[in-house]
Amino acid sequence: MTRRNPLTRPLQYLALLAYMCFLAFPLIFLLTTAFKTDREIRSPEPSFLPESLNLDNFTAAIERADLFRAAGNSLLTAVTTTVIVTAVSLPAAYALVRFRTRLRMVATGWILLSQVFPFILIIIPLFLLLKNIGLVNTLLGLVLVYAVWALPFALWMLQGYVAAIPVELEEASAVDGAGRFKTLRRIVLPLLAPGLVATSLFTFINSWNEFFFALVLIQEPDMQTLPLALARFVGAEGQVQLGPLAAAALLACLPSLVFFMLIQKRLTAGLLSGAVKG
Amino acid sequence: MTALAAPAPTRAPKRRRSTEGRDAWLLVLPALLPVMLFSVYPLVYGVMLGFTDAEAGLNAETHFNGIDNYTALAGNELFWNSFKIGLIWAFAVTALQFLASLGLALLLNLDLRLRWLARTLALIPWAMPPVIIAIMWQLMLNPNYGPVNRTLETLGLPSAINWLGESAIALPVVIIVGVWAGMPQTTITLLAGLQSVPAELNEAAAIDGASTWRRFWHVTLPALRPIITAITTLDLIWNFNSFALVFVLTAGGPGGTTMLPSLFAYNEAFRYGNFGYAAAMGNVMVVLIGAFLFVYLRAQMRRR
Repeated sequence: MTRRNPLTRPLQYLALLAYMCFLAFPLIFLLTTAFKTDREIRSPEPSFLPESLNLDNFTAAIERADLFRAAGNSLLTAVTTTVIVTAVSLPAAYALVRFRTRLRMVATGWILLSQVFPFILIIIPLFLLLKNIGLVNTLLGLVLVYAVWALPFALWMLQGYVAAIPVELEEASAVDGAGRFKTLRRIVLPLLAPGLVATSLFTFINSWNEFFFALVLIQEPDMQTLPLALARFVGAEGQVQLGPLAAAALLACLPSLVFFMLIQKRLTAGLLSGAVKG
Repeated sequence: MTALAAPAPTRAPKRRRSTEGRDAWLLVLPALLPVMLFSVYPLVYGVMLGFTDAEAGLNAETHFNGIDNYTALAGNELFWNSFKIGLIWAFAVTALQFLASLGLALLLNLDLRLRWLARTLALIPWAMPPVIIAIMWQLMLNPNYGPVNRTLETLGLPSAINWLGESAIALPVVIIVGVWAGMPQTTITLLAGLQSVPAELNEAAAIDGASTWRRFWHVTLPALRPIITAITTLDLIWNFNSFALVFVLTAGGPGGTTMLPSLFAYNEAFRYGNFGYAAAMGNVMVVLIGAFLFVYLRAQMRRR
């Protein structure tokens, strides 16, 4: 950098600060509201910070039977989806990368296409299909739909991880007399483990957060997932219980936030590979 | 299974290739079957439904009705109005998202303090379910207790604004929430792009006496172009198809001013039970957005 306007740096910091306020303020507000009593929220002279770290809103949110059951439903759906998607996509991703068949092109095309189509076009036939086989209003039906729609992305992610494993390692293992299965188990699987964990976490989070399919396919209150229950919570009593609502929203974010904290380094490192400067 | 029958020049490679092909099929089959049943089939079925009079209900019979749905749609002002809102929403959110994210990415690419904090903050909306983002902004914009109005009040500005309930401002407000929710992907992608621009290019231009602005315009931006094209295309598709955020924020109100086409079609299908008609709307959406993308991508290709 040669001559520089002395104002440049302060202006850059000012801009960064503005961005940080825009990004952080809603989050901080949600966090503080979750700890405020109803009186504090409605007081004509609100303070920014809550008076004390009382957990009443959190207990109120957890004690609501519908939210608790919805969280259970979400957890069950997300875990089952993740197990199915991982089990199915692992061999498929391996085959698509290692055996260069026409399948790979078709699969890649499908993965891209599945990102583009409006869900409204898919949900009507899916609804009819699930209705015909009696799976509307069941978590099993939801799991099936989630698994199929999480598959393309999981496949795409896993393909990248498989491709990163040098094929020479497998060849060396084969030369040493290991069968294909043994090679897969001893060589490929351990190297693939981090990618597998990332992929399954992604799948878990996506089904934990999903709203649209659940909205259409689940009408029974007992079968609601957490996003559905929260959306209804707002519809029914949005004005009444702001504190517990904020607390419940925060709790519902926890799995994804923890996950993102865990993989943040890897995520930025992966996306920004070759990024580290000086 | 045609791959198995393909003749090969010599015997040994043939056997090897055909067992490989069979292995590949065996490994891919568990993924292929459910995908065929629950995504290829619904998609084809969905496109076809758009040419029928299918309705919800147990004993409603379904008939093909050719282009009846489309002639009816052509005269459906509400749908086209919703389509217009969808385009305004998708283009506005994509454009603002792009500008805001480019600015943030440029800042994050500098050697500033607190960069890590800004980067973490920029990622958080990504981890939040759209439903929660919508709930959070509802609380923010609450006309009585929300901090936005309270801040305005403290500053002595007009503060009794019902942000999500007034038809004149609801759409712009929803667009801002959309920008907030969608910034992470765009920022991180652009940041990755910026960091892959070779520093030598900028240094060379600086030695040649190019100002910061000219370097940005003539060096950085052209190098970023492919990434910009990719992410704006994806953003446009995602935004046009987005549902949950606006559904929870306003449900299309007030007075239909935020009725995105996905919400409109959802209501048509699952509130009024007109499956065929709603599927026809889906078809129209696919064709028109596909046409937009085609024109946009071709223009971007030509510029290169």
